[in-house]
Amino acid sequence: MKGIIYIILGIIFGISLSKAEVISWYRIYEMFRFDSFHMYGVIGSAVTLGIIGTYLMKKLKLKDINGEPIQFVDKDFSIVRYLVGGIFFGLGWALVGACPGPMFILIGHGYWSIFIVIAGALLGTLLYGILRPRLKH
Amino acid sequence: MTMLMLLWVGKRFGVSSNLRTICAIGGAGALSDFFKFDWRSQTWNLLFVAGSIIGGYVASAHLSSSNSIIIAADTTRALEGLGFENMNEAYLPDEIFGLKSGLSGKGVFILLIGGLLVGFGARYAGGCTSGHAISGLSQLQVPSLIAVVGFFIGGLIMVYGIMPIIF
Repeated sequence: MKGIIYIILGIIFGISLSKAEVISWYRIYEMFRFDSFHMYGVIGSAVTLGIIGTYLMKKLKLKDINGEPIQFVDKDFSIVRYLVGGIFFGLGWALVGACPGPMFILIGHGYWSIFIVIAGALLGTLLYGILRPRLKH
Repeated sequence: MTMLMLLWVGKRFGVSSNLRTICAIGGAGALSDFFKFDWRSQTWNLLFVAGSIIGGYVASAHLSSSNSIIIAADTTRALEGLGFENMNEAYLPDEIFGLKSGLSGKGVFILLIGGLLVGFGARYAGGCTSGHAISGLSQLQVPSLIAVVGFFIGGLIMVYGIMPIIF
């Protein structure tokens, strides 16, 4: 698979999220206040399309571009790591108004201070790696 | 749409794993086994992220003057109460990101801590918005639903509990 296809998909992703205003700190704040349907509409339509697409892929046993059957792996059930990890994530998401996707897309918009957020995210990732043996999964 | 296209080319949509890959490239394998893996298998995802940066640039170059986002009146009022201004002018608040007025020590601190929470949380939960809220929910995975519930609990605590104190 030539690398260019991933770059192109990334470009589409970057343009889509930008146009949908998902990369706006204000939109995230608004979302957590439930003051507008906007973000729920964006994520909701993505999930709706995703559910339909995923269902069709499973039902029709579709194959990917390499001829391999498209597979979905069920995640192991657990509560603590998803809930606690999710809470930490949510705290940060609301504070800086960006999750990983938008963090990088914002670089393209020239918001240079997002690099500080990315630096923090890398530190957080490192911290996780170090603490991992001690964390409940 | 992006998730479906990635599945079609044989990959799973999930942006936060790139943070782990970048750490691995930087040599974090010395700190933890978590970063000891063949990062080259994740090159596609790094290319995806590079593309998303380009996409952001393309969008910014074409959005030109209509950069104003209209957010809800209640949100605007709430933000004004916290001391924010000019909500419709940019994607990010100058008060934190210091894009116009320069970064303050407090701003840098907030950006770092916020980033840290996102990075740590995403890895602990094994995914972020793309991995859980979009991909996971599309597959009707219960763990992803739990993660999304967690995202919201965290977000609500921050917005209603913490932000009023720090701003």
